[in-house]
Amino acid sequence: MTSEPARPDPDLLLAALHEQEVRAHRGRLKVFLGMCPGVGKTYAMLRAAQQERVGGTQVVVGIVETHGRSETQALLEGLTVLPRRAVRHREATLEELDLEALRALRPELAVIDELAHTNAPGSRHAKRWQDVLELLEAGSNVLTTLNIQHVESRADAVRQITGATQHETVPDSLLDLADELELVDVTPENLRERLRDGKVYLGERAAAAEEGFFQESHLTALRELALRFTAERVDRQLRALRAPMAKQTVWRSGERLLVAVGSSPFSTQLVRWTRRLAAAQGAPWIAVHVEPLSPPAPEEQKRLDRNLALARELGAEVLVTQDTDMAAALVRTALQHNATQIVLGKPRHAWWSRFLPGGSLVDRVIQRGGNIDVYVVPAETAGPPLTFDSIDHELRSSAAEYGWVAGTVAGLTLAAQLLPQNYYLAAGLVFLLAVILLSLKVGRGPVLAAGILSALTWNFLLIPPRFTFHIEKIEDGLLFGTYFVVALVAGQLTARIRAQALAERRREGRATALFNLTRALAEARTLDEAVFAALRQADSHFGARTALLLAEDGSGPLHPHFAGSFALDDKERAVAEWSCRHRRGAGRFTDTLPASAGFYLPLVREDRSVGVLGVVVPREASLTLAQRDLLEAFARQLAMSVERDHLQAAGEREKLLAESERLHRTLLDSVSHELRTPLSVITSAVENLGTADAALRESLTGEIRTAARRLNRLVGNLLDQTRLESGVLRPRPDWCDIQDLVNAALDDVRDTLAGHPLEVSVPGDLPPVRADFTLTVQALANLLLNAALHTPAATPVFVSAGLERGGQRVYFVVADRGPGFPARMKDRLFKKFEQGDVTRAGGLGLGLSIVRGFVLAQGGEIVVGENPGGGAVFTIYLPHTPPQTPPSE
Amino acid sequence: MSKPVHPPALLVIDDEVQIRRLLRVTLESEGYRVREAETAQLGLAEAAQQPPDGIILDLGLPDMDGTMVIKRLREWSGIPVLILSVRDSEEDKIAALDAGADDYLTKPFGGRELLARVRAILRRAQPANEPAVVRMGDIEIDQAARVVRREGREVRLTAKEYGLLRILVQYRGKVVTHRQILRELWGPNAEDSTHYLRVHMTHLRQKLEADPHVPRFLRTDSGIGYRLVVE
Repeated sequence: MTSEPARPDPDLLLAALHEQEVRAHRGRLKVFLGMCPGVGKTYAMLRAAQQERVGGTQVVVGIVETHGRSETQALLEGLTVLPRRAVRHREATLEELDLEALRALRPELAVIDELAHTNAPGSRHAKRWQDVLELLEAGSNVLTTLNIQHVESRADAVRQITGATQHETVPDSLLDLADELELVDVTPENLRERLRDGKVYLGERAAAAEEGFFQESHLTALRELALRFTAERVDRQLRALRAPMAKQTVWRSGERLLVAVGSSPFSTQLVRWTRRLAAAQGAPWIAVHVEPLSPPAPEEQKRLDRNLALARELGAEVLVTQDTDMAAALVRTALQHNATQIVLGKPRHAWWSRFLPGGSLVDRVIQRGGNIDVYVVPAETAGPPLTFDSIDHELRSSAAEYGWVAGTVAGLTLAAQLLPQNYYLAAGLVFLLAVILLSLKVGRGPVLAAGILSALTWNFLLIPPRFTFHIEKIEDGLLFGTYFVVALVAGQLTARIRAQALAERRREGRATALFNLTRALAEARTLDEAVFAALRQADSHFGARTALLLAEDGSGPLHPHFAGSFALDDKERAVAEWSCRHRRGAGRFTDTLPASAGFYLPLVREDRSVGVLGVVVPREASLTLAQRDLLEAFARQLAMSVERDHLQAAGEREKLLAESERLHRTLLDSVSHELRTPLSVITSAVENLGTADAALRESLTGEIRTAARRLNRLVGNLLDQTRLESGVLRPRPDWCDIQDLVNAALDDVRDTLAGHPLEVSVPGDLPPVRADFTLTVQALANLLLNAALHTPAATPVFVSAGLERGGQRVYFVVADRGPGFPARMKDRLFKKFEQGDVTRAGGLGLGLSIVRGFVLAQGGEIVVGENPGGGAVFTIYLPHTPPQTPPSE
Repeated sequence: MSKPVHPPALLVIDDEVQIRRLLRVTLESEGYRVREAETAQLGLAEAAQQPPDGIILDLGLPDMDGTMVIKRLREWSGIPVLILSVRDSEEDKIAALDAGADDYLTKPFGGRELLARVRAILRRAQPANEPAVVRMGDIEIDQAARVVRREGREVRLTAKEYGLLRILVQYRGKVVTHRQILRELWGPNAEDSTHYLRVHMTHLRQKLEADPHVPRFLRTDSGIGYRLVVE
């Protein structure tokens, strides 16, 4: 079989065409998305509406919930607000959007709050988003608001986070219709502050909300969810730009696979197995690593990196998430990404895991997974046991922490020796306190050790009979048992909470970094600005130095960007190039050239690298998976910016090309017209000369002369314009007599001006001015010609010149009594190939453009105005410094 | 006008056959003898073999820069040279004038203008015939007595004004570059003080011209210099 280059799928193309067609008639939808209530979506939406109104758009507010917030209320000022429709439902009267009335008004822009709202029974549609859809189809543009928890595909994730089930959801397909999605973002602290200030809910509801839904940890997670949702959408939109063109793989089904990846060699098999399954189903797949709370050992990290790199290479989307509960993390990720199948390795080791609460990982995933299919794949070869469960990481803590534990226990034991013998119960409590305090400071392993060690010491040294492990009294035995259990459980719990808090803080940090980056990139007006902002963010967030190399024209050789904070030598450059070419990370922390100083990540868009991000962290520092994940997110965002820039540049090139094509056509058309007209005059006049009598002969030669003059002028103008455009025009200012300048210009056009009475007023005692004689004369002559050609015969032309502003400036005025210029022409007047609407004698429309060019080249300016009493006035201003007076003789 | 006994011979160096033909027709109708050369090399050889009374030289020749032709010519001869040039080569014109050309004519040009310029450059060739008194309109310049009269009354000129007028009279009908005037009146170091020149010219016009705003005799030659028009 021959492999053809991928051709556009006709069905896809048709679908795209249909989509475009529908879109053309459909109104535009803009959604203001927030992570939760109170972030200011309605406020942002109304501000946008106000801007539209000021811009002259007809805006109608369909329905807006101000929740009594005064700032929001104030923004309604000046907008048309539709009265609400009252609906009686049982006892209550509900107020709803009056869809009929809104449709009847056919506003250009409708403002409708709370997209996810459920309408009162008896309304036309059950959901408000259906109302919006109807409006869009009727051709109105719509502004609306939505919280991330109401997005159907994210509702489960939100439930995972907050525990609250959402009943009001909006299908993702509606959001796909949105032409614009604006994320309204505030930091969790900020939001909680606003909540406390009563800006979100009033009164008691606020306090309840602060404890419930608005917990800081919830907010951070929701915010990350909203950010990711927005980022994914932007990503998808960019992809959609190209989608109809030859997409190699079209997902056949709604299936999506998810595989859990750890650091064991078995994970490698698992990744390959999943890839085979995904390929067989034609489905996309995701590789997820659940990062334990404590960092893995270096060699494990290396194996893990390899496994993830393999997955990426095999086409998986690689995600890293953090959780103490592996099963929960896997199921949550699966739900977030709409995965329909989860692939797990069959555990070989953990006979005891059956006795853990909830059973083994496989059991727990199956339990929580609902209707997600779970595949359990047996290991094909004997290898070390799976390291998915995090217990063995957590048992391993630094020696220093064990030192702390030993020291504390020893110190307390010594202190306890000073107590009277029968105080051993109090000593036990002190030990317990110490274990719990330790758990705030050290990891779970050392806490476990502290519990056991202190219990044994207490028993051996303090519980009578002392210096034996034997316990005599039953209550002492009970006490000892209770102590042991309490110490272990309390210690473990505290340590776990602490670890979770740490992880939370890290995640918050990541979300913030990602948000800052997204914002900086969005705010940047140029690619350079974007790169600069992104690199500075990376510098400060990772405590590293960064560099960015961009491929020339998107695929050529790499060039370092000036914003980088370290320079690459040849060796590092080679690593970066390798990374770019192979579209894989390289350098330090990877398998490829790990001895390099920098770690290099390619900026991959579609099937090519548009550049490489290089990071140098201090020698002793390492890169955690989470940091690496974040760096990859940075690289992705940067790649998007770069590609956007390329697309934009391509678009601009095309526009320029079209514009220059237009100019060329205009030029060719008018040049051929302008050349042929006088030429045909000359030709026919010459033919008639032979047979003409004396009188006719004279008039014929007059015609020939006029035609020749016109040709000469045309050539002159074309040459002048060429000189202006080629940039070789270098004015050579010299002292000129103003009178001379005016006379020379008048001489140039005397014949053409013949039909117009001329009024010249130039004071006789003007000092010489410094100007380029030829350019100035040419500019004046063109203005005079312009007056002669565009005004009716026998109307006067006025010329004056002089000094003003105390001799700081020379002016030349050419005025006429013609029709003047329509106001809308004024901006275009000095452009190439533009002609007034009342063109009489043709011309190329170059004259004024040349005047402007010649005047600007001399540092002057030209102004067009209306002549009081009718006609146009052109004024040329040139800067002037008075000359020295000659020495008297 | 009676034709001279020995009609002057002119050499036209131009690569455009149509221009050469046109020049021949125009000049021969006024009694000049015309020879033609197509390239600078041929033109220089022709001029060396049989020196003409004047040369009409196109600046844009294919085989040699016009300025270079004049320089080569000036190495051995003072034959008057009239430059033909296209409009936008102001710098070339000045360079050619500085190199020793006598005057220039811009293409496209009219026949009468051409003949006036040719007469002007040929006049210099006979310095012996220089009249002591030159008249133009109601102005009379007596070079021997250093007196200028307008409508019969003496006009008082400063030394510089008279100097300026005398240079223009000497080269009357032909363009005189600003630099040339400055060099002769103020010396070689004053070539940039062109604003003095403007001031003196203004004064001179006020004293001599009927309408100093629209001078009839003391004309400005755009961007290059001045020209005294006597006919």
